[in-house]
Amino acid sequence: MYCEECKRKPATVHVTKIIDGKKHESHLCATCAQKDQMDVGVQPSFAIPNFLAALFNLNPEIAAPFVPDNADDTCKKCGVSFNKITQTGRLGCNQCYQEFSDRLEPLLRRIHGSGQHLGKVPQRRGGLIRQKHEISQLRVNLQQFVAREEFEQAAVIRDEIRKLEQGLEG
Amino acid sequence: MSIESIIQKTVSHWMQASGRLNDVVISSRIRLARNLEGYPFPLELSESQALELINQVKEAVAKAPDGPFEYVSLSEISPLERHVLVEKHLVSPQYVENPMGRGVAINDDQSISIMVNEEDHLRIQCFLPGFNLEEAWDCAAKVDDLLEASLDIAFDEKIGFLTACPTNVGTGLRASAMVHLPALVMTNQVNRVLGSLPQLGLTVRGLFGEGSDAMGNLFQISNQVTLGKTEEDILANLSAVTSQIVDKEREARQSLSEGAKEQLEDRVWRAYGLLTNARLIPGQEALKLLSDVRLGADLGFISNLELEVFNELIVSTGPAHLQYFAGQEINSMARAGQRAILIRSRLINADREEQRC
Repeated sequence: MYCEECKRKPATVHVTKIIDGKKHESHLCATCAQKDQMDVGVQPSFAIPNFLAALFNLNPEIAAPFVPDNADDTCKKCGVSFNKITQTGRLGCNQCYQEFSDRLEPLLRRIHGSGQHLGKVPQRRGGLIRQKHEISQLRVNLQQFVAREEFEQAAVIRDEIRKLEQGLEG
Repeated sequence: MSIESIIQKTVSHWMQASGRLNDVVISSRIRLARNLEGYPFPLELSESQALELINQVKEAVAKAPDGPFEYVSLSEISPLERHVLVEKHLVSPQYVENPMGRGVAINDDQSISIMVNEEDHLRIQCFLPGFNLEEAWDCAAKVDDLLEASLDIAFDEKIGFLTACPTNVGTGLRASAMVHLPALVMTNQVNRVLGSLPQLGLTVRGLFGEGSDAMGNLFQISNQVTLGKTEEDILANLSAVTSQIVDKEREARQSLSEGAKEQLEDRVWRAYGLLTNARLIPGQEALKLLSDVRLGADLGFISNLELEVFNELIVSTGPAHLQYFAGQEINSMARAGQRAILIRSRLINADREEQRC
């Protein structure tokens, strides 16, 4: 097969693009493919949103494009429909993450390979979360002391956990 | 400080040729995406909400202990001034397209900028010279803490900081190293070396980030994944890969200067000759020639040039800078003329030996 662009060199690069839900295939030689890539690079609109829209639409269980907006499928807080999110690649508000969590969770895993935040926790608002992290760490320590039959230390840790848990409930 | 003084200050902190590995790593950048509770994300924000949010951020920024931030409202400055801010890497190119309800807070040495109502409510950016991701992260984290002390930041226990685009969720962290890779480009190794980065969770972009070409042999390497890793892990991964790229570039420079020294010296001095004599220099050509001369300076072929001048010229020969300092909009031919004058005077001024005479 020869390159579709220059029709001189053999096609060694096969590109599949999904634009507005339609699949476009092209077969190019290395030189033309590089040029093609540069052309794409110039349009900022190509970058993340379209890529994201394509990711949403990869999965047939996830809303297909061009479905008319229906009232059940909008965020209760900001009113943005899931359909619009798949088009723009942008969520409407932080509540959208909860409203559409069934569909966003698999997406996040596909993008990041994980669905669990391990990084920084906000100082002021994250106090509760940090305490929970602390408690689960203390539980691990407790297990270790119990396993080593060091019950005195284990008791100290148990009390510490209780104190923290009471703090959470209060 | 005002928009005029921000622009007049042509040397930002990151342009200083200091920091580790600065023969290859030009600058290190950290960007944090944050949003406020109680407001829709910027795309859905009404004008009055946008202004309300800006006022909240301004109040929070005013409490900064490290000092004064200048707040610039994008709708109150000219389109040209907005593009100067883009060329200075203080705001992103997409950001200035729609100036309504948007503004940026910039610190004194221009190492920190806080964009309000970009894709997210807050984009905190710290920009340092050389290979210095850790310090840039410390700096950004401090600004983050400062803002969080008085603003309610949207955060979810499970998926972390909530962002308008799911690709930023979690840490909201984008760490980048800007690298100058002329020898890898010359020896046709650059695609091979950078081609493996996506498998390592990293991406490569051009000089101005998303969607821009790699001009002047400058590449921006950044993390892609933001969720499921700690900030430290993300930085460690990027640092490890960047150091390897630095090694490869240095090897390529070494083998070029051993195997093809004459050709390389010729190329460097031709570039120097053009830059110090040409009367019309288009932007693309300027970046290409500056890259050659910079390589010559790094390899010691040209020994008496201050390295800062390259970083500064990459920015100050941009079309918006040239028009701003010309005091009017000028066409590309006139810009090529202005650019030639600026480069000639800066290169000759930066020649330390000549200064001594």
